[in-house]
Amino acid sequence: MSAKKIYLDNAATTPCDPRVVQEMLPWFYDHPGNAASRNHPFGWEAEDAVDHARNQIADLIAVDPKEIIFTSGATESDNLALKGVFEMYQRKGNHIITLKTEHKAVLDSCKKIEKMGGEVTYLDVDRDGLVNLDELRNAIKDNTILVSVMWANNETGVIQPMKEIGEICAEKGVLLMSDATQAVGKIPVHPKEVGVHLMAFTAHKMYGPKGVGALFVNRKKPRVKVTAQMDGGGHERGMRSGTMNVPGIVGFGKAAEIAHKEMEQDARHVGRLRDKLEQALENSLEEVYFNGSKVSRLPNITNLSFKHVEGEGLMMTFNQEIALSSGSACTSASLEPSYVLIALGLGDDLAHSSLRFSLGRFTTEEEIDYAIEAISKGVNHMRDLSPIWEMYKEGIDLDSVEWAEH
Amino acid sequence: MAYSDKVIDHFKNPRNVGTLDKDSNTVGTGLVGAPECGDVMRLQIEVDETTKKIKEAKFKTFGCGSAIASSSLATEWLKGKTLDEAAAIDNMEIVEELALPPVKIHCSVLAEDAIKSAIEDYRKKNQADS
Repeated sequence: MSAKKIYLDNAATTPCDPRVVQEMLPWFYDHPGNAASRNHPFGWEAEDAVDHARNQIADLIAVDPKEIIFTSGATESDNLALKGVFEMYQRKGNHIITLKTEHKAVLDSCKKIEKMGGEVTYLDVDRDGLVNLDELRNAIKDNTILVSVMWANNETGVIQPMKEIGEICAEKGVLLMSDATQAVGKIPVHPKEVGVHLMAFTAHKMYGPKGVGALFVNRKKPRVKVTAQMDGGGHERGMRSGTMNVPGIVGFGKAAEIAHKEMEQDARHVGRLRDKLEQALENSLEEVYFNGSKVSRLPNITNLSFKHVEGEGLMMTFNQEIALSSGSACTSASLEPSYVLIALGLGDDLAHSSLRFSLGRFTTEEEIDYAIEAISKGVNHMRDLSPIWEMYKEGIDLDSVEWAEH
Repeated sequence: MAYSDKVIDHFKNPRNVGTLDKDSNTVGTGLVGAPECGDVMRLQIEVDETTKKIKEAKFKTFGCGSAIASSSLATEWLKGKTLDEAAAIDNMEIVEELALPPVKIHCSVLAEDAIKSAIEDYRKKNQADS
């Protein structure tokens, strides 16, 4: 067994870039100030550092630095945007539109909003995972205040047509929010250009530290406000109280600066390796299914189903050496397979058979070559063990079998 | 979630993987679970006609590591048992032997169902002479 560990789960979290860590270190001890301390140099330098990071992040997404609200991460940003808009714009209406394939931070916030008296429409996606623009347009009503569409999906990497969605929202006069956690730093993401008014993202998906995120909130035309979800010192223009995580924010800023400079290079690197991995697995194995859109997607993610092989069992054949994620139920406490893949129209069986590979800046060709071999071997091992693979090979129509469901 | 050493051992070196002739009168086949649920177990027993004991047991399982380990362990336990002894195997014995966590108990239940279903199939085939 190989002693090395291969990390292909960069959509879960990325390693911190060493250049980011270097930048953060002085802010733990040498410069301990609270950015809100207005009357001594420790506070001033901390505030300057936060402002510098705010500029770096604003540059990456082409917005005004004043439009960046720091949070603890994308989950908090999603909660703040959705619940904050719902509370702030209650007089205008109570209807929110989102997609069935959104992250749980959005879906569960919407569930909460429904309990608070809101009305939420969850739109279907097509086989490629894309929103139907006509359905979206038709779903907007007089009481609609917000549309929330994820920029790029965390399981499939599918990129939604944000420009077209922005046009519809502008035409109808409703706010548009986007969870861009997977997209920022990987592809050009410019919310103001496409009419996105609120956008959630986080440092730890772009080689920054965990525990720090941001919400972009449009300041002019329209001036968007959200009701704070935590009470306290009134930091971040009153929208998010709490002491600034100075080292985290400094790291976030550096990560944004690097991503800005190296985005094209990173995308070429992961795209080439992702294509190699995809093609090699599709060529060497039978019955491999691609999930999502091959046209509109991030360069670093691919989601594949290996028919008649259960995802968690498959992962167990190589998880001492290779880290990735499965859409199978068994990996989580719930027994339901990935709701994202189900929304794409996959049967439960193919959803159970799926693996998500997410590559990153530090993925090497050697690792991909090793992964191709290990995964092919694992799939073949699991198929030798699989009664339904045997039945499929004998030409039995599995849909005609009366399964004893449990 | 970490797997117990025993689950890993059965997963890496599954015992008695294979297929018996399901049309033979001495073979009982149990097929339980469903692809949509992420678990399908096929467990087969071959009964010695003179001793009436299980002389061979084979399995194939589509599922997670715990499901594969549960069925692999079941085939080991079945060999040499009478049908009544085999039918008495309780899923909690499998849970204890493999140290399955609560979320994986359904794997052991499926293995017990597969055993019972294989016995039932054998008995159905041999109703006249048993």
